[in-house]
Amino acid sequence: MTTGVTDPFAYHAPTTVREASQALLRYRGDAKVLAGGHSLIPMMKLRIASPQAIVDLRNVEGLKGITANDDGSITIGSMTTYYELITSDVINSNASSIAEAASQVADTQVRNWGTIGGSLAHADPAGDLPAVAVALGFEIHAASARSQRTIASDRFFRGYLETALRPNEILTGVTVPAQGAGSGDAYVKLANKASHYAIVGVAASLTIDDGGICTSARIGITGAGPHAVRSRRAERILVGKELNESVVNRAAQRGGAEIAGLFNDDVHASAEYREAMTQVYTARAVNAAAERAMN
Amino acid sequence: MTTETLIGQEVKRVEDHALITGRGQYVDDLRLPGLLHLALVRSPYGHAKINRIDVSAAANADGVVSVFTGADLAEQLGSLPAGWLLDEETAGMKAPEHPPLAFEKVRYVGDAVAAVVANSPAAASDAVALVEVDYEPLDAVTDAEKATADGAPIVHDDAPGNLAFDWSVGAGDYEAAAAEADVVVSERIINQRLIPNPMEARGIMADYNGGTDQLTIWTSTQIPHLVRLLFSLVTGHPEHKVRVVAPDVGGGFGCKLYLYAEEVICGIVAKQLERPVKWIESRTENYVATTHGRDHIADAEICGTSDGIVTGLKVHVYANLGGYLSTFAPAIPTILFGLMLGGCYKFENLSCTVKGVFTNTTPVDAYRGAGRPEATYVVERMMERYAHEIGRDVLGVRRRNFVRPFKRGHDMPIGVTYDSGNYQGALAAALDKFDYQAFRAEQRAARREGKLLGVGFSTYIEICGMAPSAVAGALGAGAGLWESSTVRVHPTGTVTVFTGTSPHGQGHETTLAQITSSRLGIPMENVEVVHGDTERHQFGTGTFGSRSLAVGGEALMMSLDKVIDKAKQIAAHEMGVDSKQVSFENGTFYVEDIQEREIPWGDVALGAYWAKNLPDGLEPGLEAVSFFDPQNFTWPFGTHVAVIEIDEMTGETKLARYVAIDDVGNVINPMIVDGMVHGGIAQGVGQALQECAVYSDDGQLMTGSMMDYAVPTAEDFPNFETGRTVTPTTVNSLGAKGAGETGTIAASPAVVNAAVDALKHLGVTHLNMPLSAEKMWRTIQDAKEARRARRSAAARRGN
Ligand SMILES: Cc1cc2nc3c(=O)[nH]c(=O)nc-3n(C[C@H](O)[C@H](O)[C@H](O)COP(=O)(O)OP(=O)(O)OC[C@H]3O[C@@H](n4cnc5c(N)ncnc54)[C@H](O)[C@@H]3O)c2cc1C
Repeated sequence: MTTGVTDPFAYHAPTTVREASQALLRYRGDAKVLAGGHSLIPMMKLRIASPQAIVDLRNVEGLKGITANDDGSITIGSMTTYYELITSDVINSNASSIAEAASQVADTQVRNWGTIGGSLAHADPAGDLPAVAVALGFEIHAASARSQRTIASDRFFRGYLETALRPNEILTGVTVPAQGAGSGDAYVKLANKASHYAIVGVAASLTIDDGGICTSARIGITGAGPHAVRSRRAERILVGKELNESVVNRAAQRGGAEIAGLFNDDVHASAEYREAMTQVYTARAVNAAAERAMN
Repeated sequence: MTTETLIGQEVKRVEDHALITGRGQYVDDLRLPGLLHLALVRSPYGHAKINRIDVSAAANADGVVSVFTGADLAEQLGSLPAGWLLDEETAGMKAPEHPPLAFEKVRYVGDAVAAVVANSPAAASDAVALVEVDYEPLDAVTDAEKATADGAPIVHDDAPGNLAFDWSVGAGDYEAAAAEADVVVSERIINQRLIPNPMEARGIMADYNGGTDQLTIWTSTQIPHLVRLLFSLVTGHPEHKVRVVAPDVGGGFGCKLYLYAEEVICGIVAKQLERPVKWIESRTENYVATTHGRDHIADAEICGTSDGIVTGLKVHVYANLGGYLSTFAPAIPTILFGLMLGGCYKFENLSCTVKGVFTNTTPVDAYRGAGRPEATYVVERMMERYAHEIGRDVLGVRRRNFVRPFKRGHDMPIGVTYDSGNYQGALAAALDKFDYQAFRAEQRAARREGKLLGVGFSTYIEICGMAPSAVAGALGAGAGLWESSTVRVHPTGTVTVFTGTSPHGQGHETTLAQITSSRLGIPMENVEVVHGDTERHQFGTGTFGSRSLAVGGEALMMSLDKVIDKAKQIAAHEMGVDSKQVSFENGTFYVEDIQEREIPWGDVALGAYWAKNLPDGLEPGLEAVSFFDPQNFTWPFGTHVAVIEIDEMTGETKLARYVAIDDVGNVINPMIVDGMVHGGIAQGVGQALQECAVYSDDGQLMTGSMMDYAVPTAEDFPNFETGRTVTPTTVNSLGAKGAGETGTIAASPAVVNAAVDALKHLGVTHLNMPLSAEKMWRTIQDAKEARRARRSAAARRGN
């Protein structure tokens, strides 16, 4: 039974990514990066996490902000908060599902502090942004003291609270690829009434040509299984077709087929319900994205 | 300024300025020099024997001053009392020992076993992790019905079958009525366990002066005087050497209505160490260490004629009491439940039995409404269940069974007397706001479009104004339930009101000042209301059971009358007339027909203290103390209407509209009453739609935080459409019945009735709370499946 007080820890607030990574290295895996703190600090107060040290990214330069690039892609620094995403014109006019997902995260206080980097790095199985990251095909940038690399979002989430990041790597930001003409994206979720985390959340990103044919589709699902996944089997049914009710429903029935046998089962929802809702919400996400793509 | 009009006015709450500008003083804001911090080691097991506790590592840790176990302090800590004991003969009441620090056995997750005292909260918390307790886990039982089964684990050896009591009450002859009835309908109705969730969790600071033997305890409580009394009885520390202060208290909802283990522990530890100690409850602790509410399994049966006359109701309840008896626990599922089962209806045959059961869970006691929501839920659910069964409209059936309007008492078969009521009137007022016929048409149209809408009603009644002491005493109360006031007029004419009520969000500082200002004709700013400190005011009972205005307000009226009487004598003497000739209005004493004879309030107040011209034999000063013990409870009532919308694909269930007509008698401050109605509805709807405390079979609380336990928020609600009818009570001169619990009592049946109504065409007759999306989805799936099966069976038969 905890009393809401963390175990003791050392605190560092470096100013460069290099220093931050070196600090992580020094503690040999027993240090934690601190971003918005809205996943890490609750865990420390419950003493589920008791790192020896905290490496706070707040003073690290260049990790904040949203930039529209010439090629139509968008770069977002890892320390950008939900609030900044929700209120960004660049995001709302080019990749609105990011704002849509961010605005459904928790409450105002959490949205003022929580960051895109923290959300992705934490990889909560019910986090909202991971679904959008998968659907929009985020390129996730990671850096250590010595090297830098980019990880595709559909390879990034590996397991329950587990990502492709290495222990001394820092998530510096993401690039959202250009979505192009005729594209639309949407995020819908069935929220847990207590935490507001997703029981099931589905993001869809579609391109529809002038003839009304779906030329590309990406679907990201969160909440349902151990980590956010891409639902390629549903995507395949959509591509090359006109998105009428029967096509969408057929695709929706494959929504989350990748998670079969792995659906989460807890006090909030049974695996059976999550599976059924993944399908319902896949249809809703596809319909919402299609409507935007055609407008 | 004339002030007469303040009664019934929407005066802004005087307490809010300090609170919203951060100047509130909650226990955690209090500091004393040399303050130590106490943290508790709590059981991680639902049920376990304690073999050994090794505190050496904790005691030697940095910053730790001392560590105490239950065995160390057994003598000093005593055993926590149950303050309400049912009859031993007829109910078989058992009240096992309840040590504040468990030392032989733990009985629920969160049961405290050791106290660590350190120089900082962090040091105390760190050391908690160093206390080594050798537990021997035992089989646990968390479900009240299962706990009564043969071979169930036994929580207390001196309560065989885990029964704390087996209580019954009744009227007429239910079985005979059922035998003669055209229709008998039964249903198992579960009223799930809830966690009260006040904004401020509990907190305690204690300070002991070895020189004077004076012990001061600041605690977030609804009942400072009862805490002092019970503390003194339990520990033997003399009552007059204990001061209990309730500073600003951030909500209670019933869960701060007891003597808690931590209050005793902090007081005794402060005394042992002769240093001030503070304990602040974390939210995680609050979920297991502070009482829960509800948790009834009820088997209900209703009977009546096929044309809509209800003739009887039978209810058998397993009431889960948790691991120990909390202070008022035995009263909640019995007196406050059984006596309410007549609702506002005429039927004469009632049978109610309640088994109070120990389990390996957090103790259960009053939670806003306390017993009455459980009763109302059964009655209002069964009324609609019966109406559906006989194929009649739910409102028509209610109207046929309502007790006629009455102003001066109506005897109910169960043996209680309702004060005043007009149930038809409240229903009519609700239907003025809610067009029932139009809704039915809308509902049919929506269904054709695949949208599920339903309406539910709750024509509730409650028992408030706790309580006539002799009646309560006869029913088992271990304390009087009257209320007190002191009105102290200062020489300048300003007034301090000392009330025995103990507000923790209800706005008494405003409401009582409105009354005082109106009665004395002085501005509200000239009235100060003091409460929550056993050293500053006379013995008081506290705030719960919607009693503060109905009982405490009347105590204030009595003191005001006494003060005015005496002031009239002084004024009369001054004016050279008989005091009977003196009238008092708008702050002026005057003699009818003699215009020039007028004395303002302030001059009389000064005269009372200056004392140079007082009537012979009259004592100086202007102050009065009163104790009001009501002759009856008060019985507010009303009609609430809920409209529910269900997403057929997902089961997501949303409150679309809510209309509440309450009759709480006369209203002093409509804004404050509306505030209480709104909060109450939110909690009642919260129970209906989403709140639920879940235990695993071995006693782990599965919903141990707000991330798992769904406290509703503003975005879960539409605007509430509230209104009132006014049927004053005769129990007090204010005509006020009490308004703190209406919403919680009325809302849950209205919402569930609405959800059942929405699914009625699918053959659904009952739903258990909370109406989670998954439960609703499954219900819809199952009902459709059953309908398909019925249809294909019919088709086969047809072939
Ligand atoms: C009450 C409440 C409700 C919530 N509801 C939701 C919800 O509905 N939906 C939702 O999606 N989330 C929800 N959250 C979680 C919230 O979104 C968190 O803010 C987010 O998951 C983590 O972001 P952060 O910036 O706060 O990260 P932190 O808590 O600071 O860090 C989280 C983890 O990621 C690591 N990390 C952070 N940044 C980096 C980085 N740049 N590089 C490498 N590692 C890093 C940390 O070391 C840590 O392990 C809720 C949180 C709370 C407290």
